[in-house]
Amino acid sequence: MSDVPAVAPPSADGLASAPTAALRPLTHLKRLEAESIHIIREVAATFRNPVMLYSIGKDSAVMLHLALKAFHPGPLPFPLLHIDTTWKFREMIAFRDSLPERLGVRLLVHTNQEGLRRGINPIDSGSVVHTDVMKTQALRQALDHHRFDAAFGGARRDEEASRAKERVFSFRSRTHQWDPRRQRPELWRLYNTRVADGASIRVFPLSNWTELDVWQYIYLENIPLVSLYLAAERPVVERDGTLIMVDDDRLPLAPGERPEPRRVRFRTLGCYPLSGAVESDATTLPQVIREMLVSRASERQGRVIDRDQIGSMEKKKQEGYF
Amino acid sequence: MATDLAGGTAADFDIETYLEEQQHKDLLRFITCGSVDDGKSTLIGRLLFDTKLLFEDQLAALDNVSRRYGTQGDAVDLALLVDGLQAEREQGITIDVAYRFFATPKRKFIVADTPGHEQYTRNMATGASTADLAVILVDARKGILTQTRRHSFIVHLLGIRQLILAVNKMDLVGFDEDRFTAIVAEYGRFADQLGARGVRAVPISALNGDNLFHASRQMDWYAGPTLLDLLETAETARDLATRPFRMPVQWVNRPTPDYRGYSGTIAAGTLKPGDQVVAQPAGRTSQVVRIDTADGPLDRGQPEQSVTVVLADDIDIARGDVLAAAEAEPAMMVADQFAAHLLWMHEDPLLPHRDYLLKIGPRTVTASVLRLTHTVNINTLDEQPTSALGLNEIARCQIATDRPIAFDPYQEVRDTGAFVLIDRFTDETVGAGMIDFALRRATNIHWQALDVDRAARSRQKGQRPCILWFTGLSGSGKSTVANAIEKLLMADGRHSYLLDGDNVRHGLNRDLGFTDQDRVENIRRVAEVARLMVDAGLITIVSFISPFRGEREMARHLVAEGEFIEIFVDTPLDVCEARDPKGLYAKARAGQLANFTGIDSAYEPPEAPEIHLDGAAAPPEVLAERVISYLRAQSIL
Repeated sequence: MSDVPAVAPPSADGLASAPTAALRPLTHLKRLEAESIHIIREVAATFRNPVMLYSIGKDSAVMLHLALKAFHPGPLPFPLLHIDTTWKFREMIAFRDSLPERLGVRLLVHTNQEGLRRGINPIDSGSVVHTDVMKTQALRQALDHHRFDAAFGGARRDEEASRAKERVFSFRSRTHQWDPRRQRPELWRLYNTRVADGASIRVFPLSNWTELDVWQYIYLENIPLVSLYLAAERPVVERDGTLIMVDDDRLPLAPGERPEPRRVRFRTLGCYPLSGAVESDATTLPQVIREMLVSRASERQGRVIDRDQIGSMEKKKQEGYF
Repeated sequence: MATDLAGGTAADFDIETYLEEQQHKDLLRFITCGSVDDGKSTLIGRLLFDTKLLFEDQLAALDNVSRRYGTQGDAVDLALLVDGLQAEREQGITIDVAYRFFATPKRKFIVADTPGHEQYTRNMATGASTADLAVILVDARKGILTQTRRHSFIVHLLGIRQLILAVNKMDLVGFDEDRFTAIVAEYGRFADQLGARGVRAVPISALNGDNLFHASRQMDWYAGPTLLDLLETAETARDLATRPFRMPVQWVNRPTPDYRGYSGTIAAGTLKPGDQVVAQPAGRTSQVVRIDTADGPLDRGQPEQSVTVVLADDIDIARGDVLAAAEAEPAMMVADQFAAHLLWMHEDPLLPHRDYLLKIGPRTVTASVLRLTHTVNINTLDEQPTSALGLNEIARCQIATDRPIAFDPYQEVRDTGAFVLIDRFTDETVGAGMIDFALRRATNIHWQALDVDRAARSRQKGQRPCILWFTGLSGSGKSTVANAIEKLLMADGRHSYLLDGDNVRHGLNRDLGFTDQDRVENIRRVAEVARLMVDAGLITIVSFISPFRGEREMARHLVAEGEFIEIFVDTPLDVCEARDPKGLYAKARAGQLANFTGIDSAYEPPEAPEIHLDGAAAPPEVLAERVISYLRAQSIL
C-alpha cells in the first residue's frame, strides 16, 4: 500500500452515494460505469477462458475496479495478465505485485523469453522493434499459450481517431489479425460473443470513457494508482525535448549527460525509456486533473511509439497490438 | 468543458468545486445523419473544436494529415478530425460508425457519426440503436432528399423519438428565411407520414458556426434555440423509469452457498426491496430481498443501472431469464412466434426457414424466419412482397424460435424488444430485429403428448432408428448406394424407408424450384419428414444433394445425438459430369439449366461427416457394405 498516493477523499455524496427517494437521472459516470459492468459480465458469462490485460496504468486501474464491482460480492472470475517487457518502471512492478494480496485477484505475468535472449530492448532495438517483439508478440504468445478466447483491454475511443470506430468487441482471427472491414455491427447492448475455435476477441469496456472521465472516476472512487502519476522529484535526462526518467542503470548516458532531479510526473506509463515525463507541481489527483484541463497537450504527447507514422495505431492493431 | 479554464485563470481555479459540478452532469447520446456533402463531419468537427476538447497535439497531428488529404487548402479541415481509418481517408468517405465525445458546462455528449450512403444503412442503425436523439442534416441548397427520408425512417424505426432537423449551409442560400421555411414545411409533411412528432428545426451554418453555439447574426428572423440549446435540453433517456420493471439476468452470482444473486442491467422500470417479480419465460414468482451493488444495497434501482438482485425464494433462474414486475401491466410477452422488423446486415441474403441463432438480451435461441411479410422500401416507405432479404434491406417478418422467449414490443422497451440474428457457422451478426408483437398462434399450439412413444415403436421393431443422410453432387452415386443399403437392410429384416430427392420433388416438394430459398425449404421439409420417420422407428435413408452445410446441420439438430449419420459421397465433379446419368450437366453447361449444383450453384462439402465415401473408388455394393459395418459398429444394427 505504500505505493498508493495520498488522495483527497471524495466529497460526501460522491459516486458511492446512497440512493435518495427521488429518482434522479444517472450521472454520466454512473451511466458509463453501468455500461462497462454490463460488458464485463457479458464476457465472463459467455467465454470459455477470458483474461483481463493489466498494464498497471490508470485505465487498467479503472477497468479492474469496474470488474471487481461487476462480480461483487463474488470474486473476479478471470485472471489478470501483465505483459512484462522487463523495462517497466520499478515502482510499477512493485505495485503490480501487491495486487493479488490486496484485491484477491489472480495475476499472470508473461515475458517474451525469446525476445530477451535476442537482446531486444527499447534502447538498442528502437521503440518499433521493441514494442513489436516485447509487447505485440509477447501478448500473442501469452494468449496462445493459455488459450484465452477473450482479452479485456483498457483502450478508449477518445484516444485516437482510428479508435473512434473500434468496436467494444473487436474480433481477431486465429493469427490475431484485426480487419477493420470484418468487424461485427454492435447494436444496443447486444454483443455477439460467439467466436470460432482458435479465434479470439479483444474487449474494451472503457470504449466510451474519456480521459477526464477516467481521472474523475479514479478521484471519486478513490482508486489506488502508481504514484508516478503524481509530481515528485525524479532523476531525468532530456532527449529531443522529451524528459526520460533514469529508473535504473540500464539507460546509457551520453558523454557529459547527467541525470538531474526535476519535479515531474507521467501522463502515461509504459517502458521507462519510452515514457516521457512532464514537468509538474501536481502532487494530488485534483491538481493532476487541473493540469490536464489546463494543458493543451493530449496524453499521448508523451508516448513515443504513436508518433512513428500517420495511422500508426491502426497498423499496430492490424498486427495484434491493442 | 475546459472553456472557463482556457483564459489562464487556472491559478485561482477551484478544482474541487469543478469536480463536484462535473459529477452531476448527465449524458446525452445522439446520432448525426446526413449525406456525404451535407457537412456532417464539419458539424461534428465544429462541436468538438469549439468545446475545446481538441488538444494541441491532436491539432498538430491534424495539420500533418490535412496536408496530405485535405480538401480545404491550407486551412484546418474540420471534417478530417472525424474520419478515422486510413482507408476511409483515402476514399474520402466515412464507412463505419465513429463515436465522438464532447462536453459543455451542462452536459456530456457521445455522438455517433455514421455514413449516409444507402449501402451503410446497417451502420446508421448501429449508431441509432443507442441514441437518445437524432440530428438530421439537410443541405439548404438541396432540401429534403431521398437520403433525408431514408435516414429519418431508420432513426424512427430504431425508436428515436427526438428529432432535430438542422438545415445546414444557410450561408450558401443567403440566409434566406423562405428557403428554411419551405424545407421545414416539406419535412413536416414527411414526418407526419412517418409518425414522428415534435421535430425541432434549426437553420445553421456548420462551417461558420451560425446557430450552433450562439444565435446567428445573419439570421435575425430566427428567434428559436441554437443547436446546442436543443442538445442541452433534450431528454437523456426515454421514459423508461415509468414502465414496468424489466431486467434480463446476465450472470448468476453465487460466491458462497449462502448467497445467490441475479446480476443484470435494468432495462425498464424501477425496483424496490419487497417488490414481487416474476422470472420469465418460466413464470415463477418471488420477492425482492435486496438490490446489491458494490457500493452497497440500493433503496431503489432504476433503468440502466447494473445491479445484483437477491430474491426471497430459491427459484430456478438462469442467465437469459428476465426478471419482470409481477403484477404491473403490460406484462411481458412470452411466445415462440412473433412479428418483427428485420434489418439485414450481411452480403449473403436472409433465407426464410433457415436456422439462425437469435440473441435477445442475454438469451440465445435457435430461430428461423417463417415468412417475410414484405420489405419496406426505405426511400419511399412503400411496402412490397418479397421472398428474400438482401444487405441493408428492411422487412416485416414472422419469426419462430425453438422455445418460448420473453420480450416486449421494441417501441416500448428497447433492451427487451431488440434482437440480433447470428449465422450459426460463421458466427457473424447478420441481422438486427425489433419485435412488434407476439403472434397469438404461438401460445396456443401445444405438443400433444402421446402414449405410444418412439421408444415403444423402436422396441417393437427391434432396431434403433436413425437417419442416414447422403449428400453429394448430382451423379455422385448417392441414390445407387442408398438403394443398395436399403436392399441389405431389407434382407436383414430391418424397417427402413428411402427418401429420394427426385421422388420427393415430384410430390411433397412439387411447388419448390432451385433457388437458394427453395433449396433451403426443400431440405427443411425432408428433414422434418425424416424426423417423423425416426419417431416412427424407421431407419430413414435420405438421398438429397443437400448442398448447404446449414440445412444439413439443421436436420442433424432435429434428432437426438448419434441418430444423424451424415454420409458424404465424395465424387469429383469431372467424374459426376462424365457419368451424367440424367443428362443434367450437359444441359447446365449449355446454359439450359440454371442454379445447378457444382456448375453455377455452390456445394458446401461436410467438414466432419460420420462416413466419407470416395464415390469414384469402389462399386456401390462395396460402399454400401462400408455403411452397414459402420451401423453395426455403432450398435444401430
